[in-house]
Amino acid sequence: MTPLAAFRTYRTPILFSVMACMLMGVGLLQSWGVALTILNMCLISAIMALGVNMQWGYAGLFNVGIMGFAALGGLAGVLVSMPPVSDAWQAGGLGIGLGLLITFATVMLCLWLWPQINAWRSRYWIICAVILTGYWLLRVWFDPGVDAIESINPSVTGYLGGLGLPIVLSWPVGGLFAAGVAFVIGKIALGLRSDYLAIATLGISEIIIFFIKNEEWLTRGVKNVNGLPRPVPFEVDLQQAIWFQDLATRVGLDLNDASSIFVKLCYAGLFLLVLAILLWFSETALKSPWGRMMRAIRDNEVAAAAMGKDVTWQHLRIFVLGSAVIGMAGAMLTTLDGQFTPVSYQPLRFTFLIWVMVILGGSGNNWGAVLGGFFIWFFWIQAEPIGLWFIDTLTAGMDPNSAIKAHLLEGAAHMRLMTVGLILLIALRYAPEGLIPERKRL
Amino acid sequence: MSFLIGQQMTGGYGAADILHDCTIGVDKGEIAVIVGPNGAGKSTAMKAVFGMLPLRHGQVLFDGEDVTLLKPEERVLKGMGFVPQTHNVFISLSVEENLEMGAFIRQDDIRDSIAQVYDLFPILKEKRKQPAGQLSGGQRQQVAVGRALMTHPKVLMLDEPTAGVSPIVMDELFDRILEIARLDVAILMVEQNAKQALEIADKGYVLVQGRNRFTDSGEALLANSEVRRAFLGG
Amino acid sequence: MIDVINAAALLGNFLVIPGLTYGSQLALGALGVTLVYSVLRFSNFAHGETMAFGAMLTILVTWGLQALGVSIQPLPTALLALPFGIIGTIAFTLLIDRSVYAYHRQRKASPVVFLIVSIGVMFVMGGLIRFIIGPNDQIFFDGARFIISARDFKRMTGLEEGLAIRMTQAVTILTAIVIVILLFWFLNHTRTGKSMRAYSDNENLALLSGINPQRVVMITWILVATLATIAGTLYGLDKSFKPFVYMQLLLPIFASAIVGGVGNPLGAIAGGYVIAFSELILTFAYKKVIQYLTPDGIEIESLMQILGTDYKIAVSFIILVIVLVVRPTGLFQGKTL
Repeated sequence: MTPLAAFRTYRTPILFSVMACMLMGVGLLQSWGVALTILNMCLISAIMALGVNMQWGYAGLFNVGIMGFAALGGLAGVLVSMPPVSDAWQAGGLGIGLGLLITFATVMLCLWLWPQINAWRSRYWIICAVILTGYWLLRVWFDPGVDAIESINPSVTGYLGGLGLPIVLSWPVGGLFAAGVAFVIGKIALGLRSDYLAIATLGISEIIIFFIKNEEWLTRGVKNVNGLPRPVPFEVDLQQAIWFQDLATRVGLDLNDASSIFVKLCYAGLFLLVLAILLWFSETALKSPWGRMMRAIRDNEVAAAAMGKDVTWQHLRIFVLGSAVIGMAGAMLTTLDGQFTPVSYQPLRFTFLIWVMVILGGSGNNWGAVLGGFFIWFFWIQAEPIGLWFIDTLTAGMDPNSAIKAHLLEGAAHMRLMTVGLILLIALRYAPEGLIPERKRL
Repeated sequence: MSFLIGQQMTGGYGAADILHDCTIGVDKGEIAVIVGPNGAGKSTAMKAVFGMLPLRHGQVLFDGEDVTLLKPEERVLKGMGFVPQTHNVFISLSVEENLEMGAFIRQDDIRDSIAQVYDLFPILKEKRKQPAGQLSGGQRQQVAVGRALMTHPKVLMLDEPTAGVSPIVMDELFDRILEIARLDVAILMVEQNAKQALEIADKGYVLVQGRNRFTDSGEALLANSEVRRAFLGG
Repeated sequence: MIDVINAAALLGNFLVIPGLTYGSQLALGALGVTLVYSVLRFSNFAHGETMAFGAMLTILVTWGLQALGVSIQPLPTALLALPFGIIGTIAFTLLIDRSVYAYHRQRKASPVVFLIVSIGVMFVMGGLIRFIIGPNDQIFFDGARFIISARDFKRMTGLEEGLAIRMTQAVTILTAIVIVILLFWFLNHTRTGKSMRAYSDNENLALLSGINPQRVVMITWILVATLATIAGTLYGLDKSFKPFVYMQLLLPIFASAIVGGVGNPLGAIAGGYVIAFSELILTFAYKKVIQYLTPDGIEIESLMQILGTDYKIAVSFIILVIVLVVRPTGLFQGKTL
């Protein structure tokens, strides 16, 4: 067997080994703490990429709102795990509750009314009037509630808090949130021209992010929610535990380092478990008759529709499913961060990163998506030092105080986004199948 | 040797050939009609002559020149005009703009040619400012033929020009086609309405499964009892 | 009676003139998106960055001109720099087309692939812009600030409310009108323009008619780069130049194009104004207007605002969704380029 053919056959294990070596390299050269931090983010990225791969790789649906769905997951993290603020509930809970009730009633009224008056000429005006009335009522009850909540100890709470449940529960809940929104978006945009979905998801993710930035009663907005409960022990507690002190001395590590590595390993274990389950699930689904049908629809929608497949309905299902996975990953991300910072969700930037992961890794191949998640996140983190080093070397001969050098060094940070853009363009042109191409099945 | 001739054409879109050793030709001032049952490869034969189908064997000669390897748009420059069966007008452009686009490759004054088309199809003059998409089926076909005439082609190829129009409009269109042939244009067309088409044809080709079955003058084919029985419904 | 005029002046100052200005900017942007859509057949996510790129080039030239002491008072110097910005952007856009899009066009890639490619282009351009000019606010406006300031207006009319017209607003609206007229003249009355429309309408038939697709694509990019540079510069003059903001303009621009009916230039213009005015009408605080229109002595507590100003961006999305639900083909369906 020639080396190239061998590489083709054992592509997946070889590439994953390369990735492992790269992480090891960081561990040996920089530190194991850094390597594990990267690993944890790689795992989350891989899960998001898996979700996107379901939508794009299985079904050819282009979702530009990944960060919005991830932010919903993050919101779930807050709502599930933070302790409830009872003062806030007493002060404004009624207003908020009534507000939500009114919103629900308005939507239901519209949905019920629409078929009845569909033939009327003034149907749009009637619906408009219903919505405006509902909105006015909402504001009457909602606004005072919001003000009351936000005025309660604004520097610490000023919001409703959550349910005080274990944060791991927020992972499925985040998936549910994302699925709910995805359902609505899919209902509207699927079945129309293919790029409407892209534009609609871009819009919804912008709005979700604006919403969580501005609705302080729910999310504390730009004030962030800090100190989310953790599913793993705190470093301080570990350092005081006798068994851990023993373990640290036996391994021969400094107690501080040991505790932080241990915590990161715990996270890694949890994430790996989720990734494994999802990967198993995705692979099984892909091989099932259902997966075969999805690919048939992707490759020829017209033919599949002619064979009696409800293309829009199947698209909706997979879109909701993929978004749920993204939402789950979003909740995991917030769990790992230990805080919820609405401003950090940049609608397009990270969405784009996930996209590059899927396309570079190999659209349609779950292992490819996972690998792409690892590679790109690794690159994203390591590109900054590399870029700085590069510019530094390039400008080594220059006067250290020159404006050009300063400008170049400052600009180096932006080169990273550009490089990822270039990777995408190059991958699409020269390796459109990705690092691990989709397996051709007959 | 005919003015335009596709000789022994063999080819298809994929692995399987649709045409087998098929020969189609037409002379100046003549009308040649390709007829045959559904799926006989009538349109395919015409597309092969126009360069829209890769040939494995055979060649296309135009005015004595081998054009087998030319792309369709290059054949337009040589003097071949083609009217596709569907999507054959720019629906959002006005009738007059359609004609102008037909003459896109010409750099000279095109007003005379437009006037000529209007003489041939007076209704188009009335509707010249209207978008072609708003016209009736028959009028659209007139625009499509007019567009192809704008380059003063030596050969005009029509793919089922009467598909989907009423019998009265069909007769009218055939009259116009005869008129065009009188201008010393060679006309090659594919027709579903075999009987009416053969009546105006100088030459007829009956294709079956991508092969020449009968080739004769239109009159003779109409008289041929076998052709009548098998392809013209008695 | 005077109260009614005061209220009208107030609305004119804070709704009508800003709406026309913003609407013109959106319309110019949406026209670019529409042109790409109808000729190249994809939704160009890089359009916002193209606007930013054009504006950036114009700013750099403006600075150069300002340093040389060139000025066309009372008009902003940027107008003089605009042609240079346009030429540079055209060159860059054509380069991108040649090196990136041409390959996928040749392979007849699906619109979604083009869309992804355009997102890649968007990030490359965005990185380049931030690398060259930085991510921060840049001010490049000079010349007279106002044509009529609020104070002058009050003095002239004796009203309580002022109706100010800023120089940038007038320049924006006038430029937009001129550009739109030129564009429509080009599309409807020149051979090249007609061939573009023909190509957009029916690609195969255009090929049969001898229309050169490469030329049509090139002309399209030239028009798109011109429109984008003008829109980007006008927006930068009127508000300020900040790369990030142009990325956020993408949604309202897409919304404008879709609301009007994608592929239809008239629709794109109408869509631009619909979106702009909806944003302003829904987020405007009507408190003062209502105070003028109601008898004295009635105290109004709230700002009388339908939506918080923070949700401006949501408005374009809500309208987009409504259009997608009610009438996916847009307001001006049927007609293309």
